[in-house]
Amino acid sequence: MSGLQDLYREIILDHYRAPRNRGELPVPPAHKVEGFNPLCGDEVILYLEVEDGMVVDVRTSGQGCSISQASTSMMSAAIKGKPVAEVATLIRAFKALMSIHESKLEGADGSDGSDAGGTDLAGVRLGDLEALQGVVKFPVRIKCATLAWNVLQQGLDETAV
Amino acid sequence: MSTTALDVARIQADFPILRREVRGRRLVYLDSASSAQKPQAVLDAMDRVYRESYANVHRGVYTIAEEATTLFEAARAKVARFVGAREAREIVFTRNATEAINLVAYSWARANLRPGDAIVLSLLEHHANVVPWHILREERGIEIRWIPLTADQRLDLSDLDRLLDGAAMLGVTAMSNVTGTIVDVARLAAAARAAGAHVLVDACQAVPQMPVDVTAWDADFVAFSSHKLLGPAGIGALWARAELLEAMPPFMGGGEMIRDVTTDGFLTNDIPWKFEAGTPAIAEAVGMGAAVDYLDAIGMDAVRAHERELTRYALDVLTDRFGDRLRVFGPAGADDRGGVVSFLFDDIHAHDVSQVADEEGICVRAGHHCAKPLMRELGVPATTRASFGVYNDRADVDALVAALTKVEDFFSI
Ligand SMILES: Cc1ncc(COP(=O)(O)O)c(C=O)c1O
Repeated sequence: MSGLQDLYREIILDHYRAPRNRGELPVPPAHKVEGFNPLCGDEVILYLEVEDGMVVDVRTSGQGCSISQASTSMMSAAIKGKPVAEVATLIRAFKALMSIHESKLEGADGSDGSDAGGTDLAGVRLGDLEALQGVVKFPVRIKCATLAWNVLQQGLDETAV
Repeated sequence: MSTTALDVARIQADFPILRREVRGRRLVYLDSASSAQKPQAVLDAMDRVYRESYANVHRGVYTIAEEATTLFEAARAKVARFVGAREAREIVFTRNATEAINLVAYSWARANLRPGDAIVLSLLEHHANVVPWHILREERGIEIRWIPLTADQRLDLSDLDRLLDGAAMLGVTAMSNVTGTIVDVARLAAAARAAGAHVLVDACQAVPQMPVDVTAWDADFVAFSSHKLLGPAGIGALWARAELLEAMPPFMGGGEMIRDVTTDGFLTNDIPWKFEAGTPAIAEAVGMGAAVDYLDAIGMDAVRAHERELTRYALDVLTDRFGDRLRVFGPAGADDRGGVVSFLFDDIHAHDVSQVADEEGICVRAGHHCAKPLMRELGVPATTRASFGVYNDRADVDALVAALTKVEDFFSI
């Protein structure tokens, strides 16, 4: 069972069972953005309220597997009230966390991988999000974990123009 | 232990992969609807081709080239007999069922369908029998009409006559790969024929699971794949009436499909080779022949009885154990469905179900099963699907039930 426990950490199941920031925000001022994982039907919808370079509020809806929904919930908690620049760094750090598997496939066992993803990301604190690191051992599920973050990136790109 | 129509223990011994373990557990393979495992007889037949008789077919006059050609054409004859074709030349080897259906779409349909012509498909169809027609619609402006479903995912035929009225083709699956629904092909084909429509049957799931007689169906085109039929991947077949094949333009051009080529043009070869441009999958064809031999020896009536029995057992124990928490799609009994059980478990996503099952060595499929129009109809993004082959038994179903109990523990709110 150790593999499964790695994937479904307690904190992940907690976010899955009790997702944070569920709901909608009025559009505008919020920006709505959505994404799908066509393979498994995961769906993430984000409402982002960006003001003066800050993510002042965020709500999420959609449906999907525990990993995609927990990742969405954890992400929403991590970005709320943060400057957009910091969120952008977080996105990169999270993506780096999700790609550890590819770069460190050999002898990945035991390494916590927190140094991966380039030196400029070295100091980024992922906090609870690090619980999602177990996903990299299950390659087909990586897309589930990264979906919300791709949608977030798209949302930030769209609000920036 | 087994009360099924087959001596499953003996059959299991024929499948080398079933001896391996996954995560320290016995491999429980419940994804035969996606692709079936291969018996030793198929592996041996293919191995023998490469070791003893491998050469290109229909080319050389030397001994092993003749042997390879004989084996290749013998495989065609076996496949033809297996599905009730009148002649071996009515079997065109393709890469898979998808290519067989595309052959019909690119050759027959493009030669015969005009803008505004209608074809009729069902909402049960696999993408393989949907997308080629979407492509043709975009290219030709044909109309696609859909046969709706009943609440238990059978075809709702109440409006069939109107749907078929003036239609040029009916394309329908003989057995759904999601709900297992068995379609009364003979009845539909008769109705289509009466309306003047041609009939294309996607028999990808039916051919491995039940006796199929394409002549009795009275269809025009029947597509199926070897890899779901205990044979190798990389080969499949299109059965079509000889006179239709004769009249159809070639699909792809190249070697093998010609009788003559000049700087001015070409003459096509006889059927079926007219549709087999290029060097075919030779060992795979032989493997497919060995697979139908294997199934023939078991007997397709016994295979069907086994599938029905195991499906009934699965439906019974799953509802017994989980009740309303488990929502099974498709016809209620096992009589009108193949060995496929697609379900939702609470609101736990199919990916999570199959992930936990994998930890127990159980292979079940999670996703939309390449049938998104059907999934939309069901109103779900994905289902978990367990499907049965000749090598599955009640112990496999019991293992699934045990895994679902684990899922329940893991994800219960
Ligand atoms: C009903 C049905 N039709 C068509 C196909 C396509 O088969 P293949 O991928 O072998 O071409 C499948 C396989 O998934 C199927 O189940």
